[in-house]
Amino acid sequence: MRSGHRVPTLTPAMIAIWAAFATVPLWIEHIGLYQYLGVEILIFATYALAYNLVLGHSGLPSFGHGAFFGLGAYGFGLAQFHLVADLWFCLGAAVAAAALGGAIVAAFISHRRGIYYSLLTIAFGQVFWFIAIKSHAITGGEDGLLKIARLPARLGVVSFDLTHNISLFYFVLAVFVAVSLLLWRLVHSPFGRVLKAIKQNETRARFVGYDVWRYKAAVLVLSAGLSGLAGGLFAMAQSSAFPDVMSLHYSGYIVMMTLVGGGLVTFWGPVLGAIVFLLARDVIGAFTTGWMLWFGMLFVALVVYRPEGLGGLFLRPARAKPAAAK
Amino acid sequence: MALFEARELHLRFGDRVVLENISLAFEAGCLSGIMGPNGAGKTTCFNVLTGRYRPDRGRVMFDGADITGRSPQAIARLGIARSFQLMNLFDEFTVFENVAIALPQTRKRGADPIGVAYGDAALVAEVHEILDTVGLGERVDQIAKSLPYGERRALEIAVALASRPKLLFLDEPTAGLGSDGRARLAELVHRLKGQVTLVVIEHDMEFLFSLADVISVIHWGQVIAQGSPAELRTNPWVKNSNLGKLA
Ligand SMILES: Nc1ncnc2c1ncn2[C@@H]1O[C@H](COP(=O)(O)OP(=O)(O)OP(=O)(O)O)[C@@H](O)[C@H]1O
Ligand SMILES: [Mg+2]
Repeated sequence: MRSGHRVPTLTPAMIAIWAAFATVPLWIEHIGLYQYLGVEILIFATYALAYNLVLGHSGLPSFGHGAFFGLGAYGFGLAQFHLVADLWFCLGAAVAAAALGGAIVAAFISHRRGIYYSLLTIAFGQVFWFIAIKSHAITGGEDGLLKIARLPARLGVVSFDLTHNISLFYFVLAVFVAVSLLLWRLVHSPFGRVLKAIKQNETRARFVGYDVWRYKAAVLVLSAGLSGLAGGLFAMAQSSAFPDVMSLHYSGYIVMMTLVGGGLVTFWGPVLGAIVFLLARDVIGAFTTGWMLWFGMLFVALVVYRPEGLGGLFLRPARAKPAAAK
Repeated sequence: MALFEARELHLRFGDRVVLENISLAFEAGCLSGIMGPNGAGKTTCFNVLTGRYRPDRGRVMFDGADITGRSPQAIARLGIARSFQLMNLFDEFTVFENVAIALPQTRKRGADPIGVAYGDAALVAEVHEILDTVGLGERVDQIAKSLPYGERRALEIAVALASRPKLLFLDEPTAGLGSDGRARLAELVHRLKGQVTLVVIEHDMEFLFSLADVISVIHWGQVIAQGSPAELRTNPWVKNSNLGKLA
């Protein structure tokens, strides 16, 4: 950050992105796609932004984030079945379940970095996935939790029905707006700048007095909680929750989305990545069942030729240096 | 009683003894020099004093308190800062932010997840003041890794100064600098001398002999000589070392 430079809370790019999303239900069917895809894209865009808080902004390579997304999905469903069938309460439960999972993982791995950090996140991810599959009585095992309701959004006297994909889309958009605004503020806040400092040089951060462990733990909990929020929305969208979102390859998808979109160099990269990924799944997937092969090749090509991702194409070369906050 | 004291420090890596019974005392307001050959254990000694390694035996005392084995961040917060022999900056940050992030004000707000970072005019002014002190006033908005070597060394010191330390450890501040750079650094250290207690590891004897109040010579992990520059000129190790011709 430059001297005396203030990052505005609202930026033109931010407003343009929100506005563009708001128009999606108006035209998505006219281009041969379907309303539910818009919902899915927004949920994964939210998830990818939350994930990039650890990967891009803090330099913590978590490869087990699916666990938190899944905890949110189960948290949402189970809260609805066994506690209170209220949207806000259930979303809160999704966040809480995932944040708690994040706290447990953080307690064990926050003194690690690099490859050791990654390996431990994979191991923990597998543990959560395994538990989800095996505790049949609670999670329904591989059959999943079914019949999760799309609860109405109650705001005082008014109540919005979310059973239709378009209304759900706008609800998810509101969450996306809130999360992206929160994260935008966060990465430019004192806390966010300390994370960025730790990402660059953990040792130096410690020697200027920062308790690096706490920051690394806090950011994982936060990212897990927001990933869980996305997971809760996903359970609502799908009306069900399955263990496969917690699997290693689903955790890999979010890494791919984030990297392909350019999460390491731009704040909005993960959003672009989620769009490209899900469109590729549907569009390439319509022609070949092996769409992942093609997407995988795109991923490899990007890593080789444009490691800063698609988002990097939008930045002028001089600015396309890793700084993940533009 | 000295501001900072190390008492009978021992440290080994595996079966290699690196520090053997090191005792040092640094008086408030003084510049204490440390010299010795490569591999003598000087940097390791700093690492023990600043919390990176816990000594196997011995005590570290600061301002009357025992700080042995405390974490680097805890020691830093007491007002002890250091620079590194191998440069250790926030490479992607601007010069401004390298210093700003190290200020105690920033650190105290570190848990604030929505506030504006560095929004305070007083903070900005303070960063500029520190950068002026080390001669980087013109470089504020450059990215740290794009700076020439000499200026990176100066920034290394600026980051350490940013925490407003009572005690500042400098590990070979002139390493790799040409004669101009050295002269500028000597001038900077000279200016700092009145403001903060300094401990400087240095191979450049001319630098050290002109600035230090006391000098300790470390060899084989032991303090083999100690005294004022004048006293040390007659020391056999100093005389025999290739720069001993100064004496
Ligand atoms: N982490 C470590 N593990 C094992 N050995 C180490 C470690 N750090 C330092 N050493 C060894 O300890 C000895 C002292 O090293 P140190 O870096 O303290 O020397 P120095 O006096 O600072 O030398 P120089 O003047 O070259 O900087 C060396 O032999 C070094 O190889
Ligand atoms: Mg050394």
